[in-house]
Amino acid sequence: MPETRLGERAPREVLLDVKDLKVSYGAITALKGVTLSVGKGEIVALIGANGAGKTSTLRAVSGMLKPAAGDITLKGERVAGLKAHQLVPRGLAHAPEGRGIFPNLTVLENLELGAYLRRDKPGIAADLKRCFGLFPILEQRQAQPAGTLSGGEQQMLAISRALMSKPKLLLLDEPSLGLAPQVTQTIFRILREVNGEGVSILLVEQNAHLALELAHWAYVLETGELGMEGTGKALLASEEIRKAYLGE
Amino acid sequence: MKSFLPVAVAIVVLGLLQVLSGGSAYFVYLAMLVGVNVVLAVSLNIINGLTGQFSIGHAGFMAVGAYLSAVTSLAMKDFQLSFLPEAVSNQVFFVVSLAAGGVAAGLFGFLVGLPSLRLKGDYLAIVTLGFGEIILVAVRNTPSLGGALGLPGMPQYTTVFSVWFVVFLVVLLARRLLFSPHGRSLAAIREDEVAAEAMGVDTTSYKVRAFVVSSFFAGVAGGLFAHFQSIITPGDSFSFVKSMEVVVMVVAGGLGSTTGAVVAAVVLTLLPEGMRSLFNLLGGDSDSLSIDQLRKPIFGLLLVIIMLTRPQGIFGTHEAWDWLRKKKEPAT
Repeated sequence: MPETRLGERAPREVLLDVKDLKVSYGAITALKGVTLSVGKGEIVALIGANGAGKTSTLRAVSGMLKPAAGDITLKGERVAGLKAHQLVPRGLAHAPEGRGIFPNLTVLENLELGAYLRRDKPGIAADLKRCFGLFPILEQRQAQPAGTLSGGEQQMLAISRALMSKPKLLLLDEPSLGLAPQVTQTIFRILREVNGEGVSILLVEQNAHLALELAHWAYVLETGELGMEGTGKALLASEEIRKAYLGE
Repeated sequence: MKSFLPVAVAIVVLGLLQVLSGGSAYFVYLAMLVGVNVVLAVSLNIINGLTGQFSIGHAGFMAVGAYLSAVTSLAMKDFQLSFLPEAVSNQVFFVVSLAAGGVAAGLFGFLVGLPSLRLKGDYLAIVTLGFGEIILVAVRNTPSLGGALGLPGMPQYTTVFSVWFVVFLVVLLARRLLFSPHGRSLAAIREDEVAAEAMGVDTTSYKVRAFVVSSFFAGVAGGLFAHFQSIITPGDSFSFVKSMEVVVMVVAGGLGSTTGAVVAAVVLTLLPEGMRSLFNLLGGDSDSLSIDQLRKPIFGLLLVIIMLTRPQGIFGTHEAWDWLRKKKEPAT
């Protein structure tokens, strides 16, 4: 497939570099070779239809899936094949699809588990405060079992918990899944805020419109391969994208 | 210093219990049986309750511990440490054989756990079930372990004190675990394994550790059991039925609750005995089979009722000490 490139990408120092990533589940190939990168301080969106391989890409990057082939470099270090618990201390946090909070633990315990591999108590306390600043509702509900939160609050918790590991790069899988439009707006506004504080974001999203509005750069994934890439704005304006993903 | 206090208290209390219970052989037997079941239930709760894995092969680990500690103490039976009186020397051998049984079971836990803990739910259950059966078949076909006839002649070292001291140790360990970073990791795995992994919990390693600790105590329980039964056979005491019995205790007590497991193990062990006495009182003599056979269906019915009315188990995920603490808090 000829890859199209729309718009100019602002030059940035590379944080994550993925080259020719291949993933298969048994005999089924999910990714046929994906190449993408995330710059320092950049929000990169990965959009595409169901089964295009968006989640597989994230899972391979965060070490939860072993890639069949390809190279992954984080801050210049080759990390392909490392496990999640080795990647978290290297500054990578993954908020998995479907939120994945710990339902019977309290909100506070969930957040503390986000800082699982950290030992700097003052830093953890400061980050906890920051999360409560971003999502005040979580502070009110901190003693409540996380399973009793609403869907939106659970998503806020999942994002906060990922931030508690003090990541350089945050991987988000479908943060808008099953949420009311207004809650989604809030979450995306806060993602921009988090990014403003210097956290790079790699975002997988079905809601292409929202994702493209937020992203500095975006990739379109089609059945395991990259179709197009470009600035969020340029892709939003593209005829092809409007037809295929925005239903216009 | 503070951490030695509970140990000292336990030793005194158990010592007293030991002296007081000296008279009744039946009481001693029951107390030891209950204690062994408590150790089994609390240790299984570490896997099934705290870590959220589903093992139904606990009797297999118990069998490993029972047979290995039996063989160890049979080998040492004719020796005595010359600088110690006979009784003390025997107890030293007993501790050695219990440790051997525990370590062997822990090792089996590691061997079974390492490849199979990648499996989840039902699949893990099937592997552990298979393990339990393999152990029994292996024992039945090993002449040096007595084969199907059983291994007789173990010295009767087990006392109420030793059983309940192990109970004390396993409960202490489970409690410490709960409030430690290790316990947090296990809870995260139970709640959501994918998310736990994403947080940086080394899930496989923690699951294997939980499995090893749990099997170790199952092995010790087996060793205790072997040293108050004069003979161990590869039959009911280590079969799938026994494994299920322990699973039932853990589930009825409340998955994840250590004190729940203790209470359920005590109640479910004593219940059949209690019902026997009750039927005797009601006029049925224990020889009349028809009445005695009613005990099992009633026992089953009680379990069904517990599960229907309290599916989370008697204690849910709560602990008796949570309740004590809550009572204390308003006062301060």
